Amino acid sequence: MTCDVAIVGVGKTSFGRHDDSAGLQLGVEAARAALADAGLQWSDVQLAVGGSMSAGNADASVSALGLTGLAFINVFNGCATGGSALTTASAMITSGAADVALAVGFDKHPRGAFDLDPQDWGLGQWYGQSGLMVAPQYFAMKIRRYMHDHGITERSLALVASKASRNGSLTPTAWRRTAMSVDDVTSSPMVCPPLTQFMFCAPGAGAAAVVLASRERAKTITRQPVWLRSVAQRTRQFGAFTVFSPSLPIEPGVETTTDAARAAFAQAGIGPEDVDVAQIQDTEAGAEIVHMAEVGLCEHGEQERLLLDGETDIGGRLPVNTDGGCIANGEPVGASGLRQVHEITLQLRGDAGPRQVPGDPTVGFTHVYGAPGVSACAVLSR
Amino acid sequence: MIRTDPPARDTHDATPLASGLFCVLDGEPRLIASRCESCSEITFPEQPSCPRCASQSVARELLGPWGVLWTWTVQTFAPKPPFLAADSFEPFGVGYVELPGQLRVETRLTESDPTRLRIGLPMKLTLIDLPGHPQHTTYAFAPAEGQP
Repeated sequence: MTCDVAIVGVGKTSFGRHDDSAGLQLGVEAARAALADAGLQWSDVQLAVGGSMSAGNADASVSALGLTGLAFINVFNGCATGGSALTTASAMITSGAADVALAVGFDKHPRGAFDLDPQDWGLGQWYGQSGLMVAPQYFAMKIRRYMHDHGITERSLALVASKASRNGSLTPTAWRRTAMSVDDVTSSPMVCPPLTQFMFCAPGAGAAAVVLASRERAKTITRQPVWLRSVAQRTRQFGAFTVFSPSLPIEPGVETTTDAARAAFAQAGIGPEDVDVAQIQDTEAGAEIVHMAEVGLCEHGEQERLLLDGETDIGGRLPVNTDGGCIANGEPVGASGLRQVHEITLQLRGDAGPRQVPGDPTVGFTHVYGAPGVSACAVLSR
Repeated sequence: MIRTDPPARDTHDATPLASGLFCVLDGEPRLIASRCESCSEITFPEQPSCPRCASQSVARELLGPWGVLWTWTVQTFAPKPPFLAADSFEPFGVGYVELPGQLRVETRLTESDPTRLRIGLPMKLTLIDLPGHPQHTTYAFAPAEGQP
């Protein structure tokens, strides 16, 4: 099967606190890094797509990158924003609107949990006033029910967070770079039981960008293209157990992540069993566990054994979140989806240095999930 | 458009956090939902269209006050605005309570001690004043083990 879109360059900033830089400036830095990686100039880019939640309008970055007059589309879909940027840029190349496109995501959040206006998310003000508009609550409630239904124990949560910190210690641009033991994670302060502080990502700052090119154009840019075999974005169907839901039907529906993953795998003609390395939305440790099964990379309930056996470690059968994921890099909402693509691209090129997955991985997978029930998944290959 | 007969009466003294969220009927608090007149799906809070089948023909329906705890956590830190904070923050429980034959409703819990919360715990609807904001009343569920 041929593929029409290649990733020919990736770039990112460090992730964490950037007290001296505006979020928009981080996006500019990531864009420049991606262009340098591709060996291209900003003037080569015919179309850009970008987004952030708290750091401004992506297209305002043209004043720093260059006023070339290109089309620049701003996107925002919560934590799935990077996936939406990738989806849009890819579709524009496939449509023939551009041969070279840039997708950029960046953000810079205040300290602490997100403060969201309920009305921006289709909810009454009462929902926030009464203390329900808090994303960590959702993740804690989702994993508690999941553990109950599928026999996962709290040890798995600590194993995920410990792995994230270990992988983060191998990632120079990560925020949390100190490897933590299972005990370190378990003994950190309880945030929303069963989830402790070190099981959560923290809203932070950072940016990531990727340069995409058509098949023909990619051949002239790089000898190491990474093919974007598919990318699919979906919103929630009725019955999905999704963040910020004042009520849920008793009969469960298909989870949004599952919808997006199925579409991405079907479009790619590649199955979950073919994936060699994956980046999965790990807003907290439980999310990585749930999402692994929701995207189809394992069976529900199989995760604890996989974690205990180290199968999702960098040297394991199915490495997950090799750069430490959101838990180690933090969650600049606009940036995380493209950070995932950045990491998969490095892994498939063999450029991931001390955290390189052994055995020349061929197929990679990315997954984001965000409020109020949106997910995007991508399949990439060498 | 929501058909509202029979009309729900609000006889509670304090001000509901939002109108149309709950009412008091025969001295007992009840949550106000909408039932789709096409597919019968129930949604809380009430809304003028059905999220399942998109029908715009819905009728008001009061939810039952009894349920079981389906999942839960504890909010251990003060949320940011628009949360109506008190001078000193006290952790509060949050959960989804399954109302048999109706739906699962997201709710504050009157209990915040993790050792006293478990999936399957019988729960009953009540009304609470938001701490530090006695003029604002909202709904919550309380453990109701051993009650009828």
